[in-house]
Amino acid sequence: MKFLDEYRDAEAARAYAQQIAQAASKPWVLMEVCGGQTHAIVKFGIDELLPSNVTLIHGPGCPVCVTPIEYIDKALKIASQPGVIFCSFGDMLRVPGSSADLLSVKSRGADVRMVYSPLDAVRLAAQNPGREVVFFAVGFETTAPATAMAAFQAHSQGLKNFSLLVSHVLVPPAMEALLASPECRVQGFLAAGHVCTVMGCEEYDPIAARYRVPIVVTGFEPLDILQGVLMCVRQLEQGRSVVENQYARVARKDGNPHARDLMRRVFQVVNRQWRGLGEIPLSGLGFAKEFGALDAEKKFGVTDLHAAEPPECLSGLVLQGRLKPVECPAFGQSCTPEHPLGAPMVSSEGACAAYYRYRHRTPIPA
Amino acid sequence: MSHSADFSCPIPIQQYPRVLMAHGGGGRLMHDLISRMFLSAFSETPAGTSHDSTVLPSPAARLAFTTDTFVVRPVFFPGGDIGSLAVHGTVNDLAMSGARPLWLSAGFILEEGLPMEALWKIVCSMRDAARSCGVRIVTGDTKVMEQRGADGLFINTAGIGAVEHSLTISPMSVRAGDVILVNGDLGRHGMAIMSVREGLDFQTKIESDSAPVAEPVLKLLKANIEIHCLRDLTRGGLAAVLNEIAEASKLRIQVDEKSIPIREDVHAACELLGLDPLHVACEGRFACFVPAKDADLALSILQADDPAARKIGEVISESPIVLLKSAIGANRILDMPSGEQMPRIC
Amino acid sequence: MCLAIPGKITSIEGDDQLRRTGQVDFGGILKTVSLAYVPEAKIGDYVIVHVGFALSIVDEAEAQTVFDYLRQMNELDEIKEPGP
Repeated sequence: MKFLDEYRDAEAARAYAQQIAQAASKPWVLMEVCGGQTHAIVKFGIDELLPSNVTLIHGPGCPVCVTPIEYIDKALKIASQPGVIFCSFGDMLRVPGSSADLLSVKSRGADVRMVYSPLDAVRLAAQNPGREVVFFAVGFETTAPATAMAAFQAHSQGLKNFSLLVSHVLVPPAMEALLASPECRVQGFLAAGHVCTVMGCEEYDPIAARYRVPIVVTGFEPLDILQGVLMCVRQLEQGRSVVENQYARVARKDGNPHARDLMRRVFQVVNRQWRGLGEIPLSGLGFAKEFGALDAEKKFGVTDLHAAEPPECLSGLVLQGRLKPVECPAFGQSCTPEHPLGAPMVSSEGACAAYYRYRHRTPIPA
Repeated sequence: MSHSADFSCPIPIQQYPRVLMAHGGGGRLMHDLISRMFLSAFSETPAGTSHDSTVLPSPAARLAFTTDTFVVRPVFFPGGDIGSLAVHGTVNDLAMSGARPLWLSAGFILEEGLPMEALWKIVCSMRDAARSCGVRIVTGDTKVMEQRGADGLFINTAGIGAVEHSLTISPMSVRAGDVILVNGDLGRHGMAIMSVREGLDFQTKIESDSAPVAEPVLKLLKANIEIHCLRDLTRGGLAAVLNEIAEASKLRIQVDEKSIPIREDVHAACELLGLDPLHVACEGRFACFVPAKDADLALSILQADDPAARKIGEVISESPIVLLKSAIGANRILDMPSGEQMPRIC
Repeated sequence: MCLAIPGKITSIEGDDQLRRTGQVDFGGILKTVSLAYVPEAKIGDYVIVHVGFALSIVDEAEAQTVFDYLRQMNELDEIKEPGP
């Protein structure tokens, strides 16, 4: 596949790894923000190529991992209503709520359907006028434009049987929340290339300046990640802390203004709960007034549904990079991919699931 | 290989367009269904000799015996249907013991309301698959259940084959130094199913790789290849099989991602949906463990059947995990897939 | 977030910017994709697609910089350590 496979070249990867080893004169701790980047690191074994003094911490950039448990519970409650067609991306189907997940309510008879695009859910609503169709809108700024379009089209078509359960979150406030913690060990960031494709790179300038951390907007293929690491390490070695763009072939400084226009029309910035990180002010998207009728929380009366995380799940500390999954008492014991306690074990790029694959190398404490 | 695409046989049961509960009731309707549909398709001789069991001559000192149940949805997919899948799947299970497949049973659980035309297509598909595999469907059963949204029908099979070699083909026979081969490119079946799964639709020419593999296995045996282990790559794909064998043999398996054959369109479909091709189901593919001395000959035999066959790795004497050397040359652990693979957006 | 992959636009349908769609070819797989957010995209362009939406047109010149960067560094290395 063009513009994909070339960035998986073994020789170039080795050459980049060598350059990183030459550049890093002391230990550095970097964080890749996006779950998709974590996935590539684990899948290609990129961390094996890095010198031992460069550490990558997996960040909270996985909407599956950070969707609060109460949103899963809201989804389950809505999906269990008779007549509802509940549409979701595949990622969310096995995330545990307080007592069940979407797949298990499906096995009990709920009409839960996986979709590839939010527009598929709109189509289902148009084709099934007698049923209530609900779409579970999760994701970062990359996915919000798609959700915005679904809401906009449903609104324009006058569809009364379509609504969205929205749990969109924004990256910059999360990064600031991490950096504001005195225990934060992260010295440089690989920012999420596809988020920046929509939002542009400029909102990271004040973060880089305030916390004096280099931020490199990075892509998702092995060579992208390796180049991003190199650029970050170079800045750290030179004492610089600016925003650079490794992923310029896709992400522009100004992002995608058309996408942002529609997002601004359909959504407004709201406070959001992040699973494991608590409430971060102005870190999420909710419906603007004009589109309020599409809010599934209001429609199904689940706005006041609250739930707490299971106490044994320490995913919050893991997401902040303060605890290695293997140091969690539940890891590999009561919490495995087959019966996960929290989202980072369910999601294939959740930090816990990624570590679980390497459990043979790092023995699980007895 | 396409099945049921060109359909010239008229449905033998014209007056009932759909299966009814009565077709499983033991009376006239059921008798008609069995004799005019199943027996006429599966028997070499005219219908009329249906008994509760079929008596057969014992074919060899050792027999291979397998059973399987097929619940695939949708029942018709690019490259096959539940019928041809059932025949190939059973034949392949027998082939994994190095057996010559001989006889199959076919138990049908039909959902009330299943269109008779669909059933006939599937039955013809099984007849054709059985013929091309050189096996006979010699006994069967029919039940009808109430409509339950099961997509029409389930098929259970059992199969008997003759074991004409004296090898012990099992993970216990795997040794350090063994070479691992696969008989063709991976992931077609799973992606063919995905492409017609509701909610995902994409246009592709990917067809299921559902096919019998008894022939290449028998050719390996005929060439005196000392086969240590065979395993067909079905649910869970290559990753599941390699993990099962590593665990059972207590040896480490090392494979090279670059040598694992995957077609460009399967690779693209996996990238589109965020799936790992090594976890995707196949239906006409197997992994073969042979001693290093036999590897080259084994490969040439497999490649004569399918040029995409490859050596993909080896067995070494270390702690039992499966290590994959990725496309960029770094190692990662290829773990057992957990649960059904879901397309992802993240 | 952000599984988005590159594909080539092979045809375009629709006049209204927000409803414009294209058939995008991903290595032999064809999918209908919304082009609402890339109004300047034309047939033959490669776009990055996420959940059925094209979010950006791949800049073919910039696509080389990953390799140019490496080449530059290799050349610099050679200058620092001249060969025998």
